[in-house]
Amino acid sequence: MTTTRMELVCPAGTPATLRAAVQAGADAVYCGFRDETNARNFPGLNFSRDELAEGVRFAHGHGSKVLVAINTFARVDEVDIWKKAADMAAESGADAIIAADFAVLEHVAKNHKQIRLHLSVQAAAATPEAIEFYAAHFGVRRVVLPRVLSLQEIAALNRAIDVETEAFVFGGLCVMIEGRCYLSSYATGKSPNLNGVCSPPEMVSYDEEPNGTAARLSGFTIDRYERGQPVGYPTLCKGKFKAGGKTSHLFEDPVSLNAGGMISGLKGAGVTALKIEGRQRGKGYVSEVVRAFRKALDAVEAGGDAVDVDRLLAGQSEGARQTAGAYEKKWR
Amino acid sequence: MSEIALTLGPVFFHWSSDRLQDFYRRIADEAPIERVHVGEVVCGKRMPFSDPAWPAIIERLERGGKQVVLSTLAAPATVRERRSIEDLCGDERLVEINDVSGLRSRSGKPFVAGPFLNVYNEASAQFLIQLGAQTICPPVELSFAAIGILSSKCPEAQFEIFAFGRLPLALSGRCYHARIHRLHKDSCQFTCEKDPDGLSVDTLDDQQFLAVNGVQTLSNQVQAFCPSLAALTSKGIRRIRLSPHTCNMVEVARIYRRLADGKEEPDDARFALSCLDLPGTMVDGYAHGKPGWQATAPA
Repeated sequence: MTTTRMELVCPAGTPATLRAAVQAGADAVYCGFRDETNARNFPGLNFSRDELAEGVRFAHGHGSKVLVAINTFARVDEVDIWKKAADMAAESGADAIIAADFAVLEHVAKNHKQIRLHLSVQAAAATPEAIEFYAAHFGVRRVVLPRVLSLQEIAALNRAIDVETEAFVFGGLCVMIEGRCYLSSYATGKSPNLNGVCSPPEMVSYDEEPNGTAARLSGFTIDRYERGQPVGYPTLCKGKFKAGGKTSHLFEDPVSLNAGGMISGLKGAGVTALKIEGRQRGKGYVSEVVRAFRKALDAVEAGGDAVDVDRLLAGQSEGARQTAGAYEKKWR
Repeated sequence: MSEIALTLGPVFFHWSSDRLQDFYRRIADEAPIERVHVGEVVCGKRMPFSDPAWPAIIERLERGGKQVVLSTLAAPATVRERRSIEDLCGDERLVEINDVSGLRSRSGKPFVAGPFLNVYNEASAQFLIQLGAQTICPPVELSFAAIGILSSKCPEAQFEIFAFGRLPLALSGRCYHARIHRLHKDSCQFTCEKDPDGLSVDTLDDQQFLAVNGVQTLSNQVQAFCPSLAALTSKGIRRIRLSPHTCNMVEVARIYRRLADGKEEPDDARFALSCLDLPGTMVDGYAHGKPGWQATAPA
């Protein structure tokens, strides 16, 4: 059981969202530069060098930390782009760099000893051996846990390691082990590891057909909707497919993660920080989600029952369907 | 040894111990392959079935003149799975590392960096080479050109390209064979055994797309990248990896041997492969820096 208070780590896709998250009660915000060095490389999102420096000043002024995600894998022959991003993050006065690539981790460990290194979920470190390897070689202080571990597995892991752990509690849910999934590039040529994007919008089409609307990714039908039915985004692993004579959401239903009811369980499992996914989300959404989790976390830290996060957040999740994901063992 | 070596990757599927023994007996006796990977990579729950078969298979392959590499699990979770990696890493034979977990115990001894380790650039390749990586088979989404640059910048290691077989695209904590059969991973009944090349996953419009194999997702299509000897040589790629399927793998090896010796043109090699009983249509998009499902112009 951790005796220290758990940290609430919140997404900031823009400077305005950073301020909103801090004001809503984030202990830390995470953000990235406006390029392919981070895993939310979307148009109109992310920070310039000056915006990051300003964001750090604002966050520190309010007692919050800033974590900079440089968590894609550097392209061959262009590793300097990733190294420079790490240099800029270190110079901005940010509190930590979140990285996955050996190249980035090694650069930061050698050249920026003053800044904390967090291991991105994209590194998919899920065993004591893997985590100890990253700690021994790069001085990694915290590991963001893959979203495929159960609460029992997280507890066992924390008993075996000296490094802090951070667990996702809300937002998108990857059912595949992150950083090791090439489904998106198989269909579209672009992937999280290569380009910082998954199921990219420019490859999406919604085709009106006699039997309804087909949501397609790069021409592959990911789901089909009857007229009048709300149409979802064709994220590859949330699609409906045929296999073994059955038609189903084979990999995962179109749900998002809400582990609001698991906060005390995660604390009991020794988790240091709770992470909210969604750097692509707007200011209003982030404010509301952060405020709800602040309230729930404070209640758990005060020794009381978790307030009903589900009620606080009704309507804020994708398609309004939620799951506690792999934290519950029956998921797998 | 020929200039370009052939490697037989590990079997991804849940094959019975009889099937494994028959398969490797033919490989040992007939296939023009220099290096053969053995061991379970995808699911630790299968290991009690195949573990007893490996010693005899390894002996047979080594007697047949093959270099045997011990492949390790790509997504270890349980204590037993983690221990299996530690045990294999202690072996004097070459070991394939498929998860960072194995790097800790194998550092300082030679290893193969498998396609499940994220090696996308020369700095991460150098990092692994310093730890002992001798052969690096980069992730399948990396192009032939990118692997060529890696090879030119890291001459200390041999680079291997995943040239044949359904492409390993993703791993999960969740078992899809179990999910299709309304079971949980913990009581899965090993239904994956019924699909020795994986279970096809089609779209609602019957487009062939993916295949599942327990916790693994593969392409439905079969990677059949057929570079010319000149292309391989100019890119400095020293090894070609073939991934086992139930089709005639000895014939697959012979086709790639002729290709890598410059005795057969890529078009002829592709035609010869297309005549075999492959589990899906042939693609090579990734090698050309395109979406993996695409079949592109000759290399």
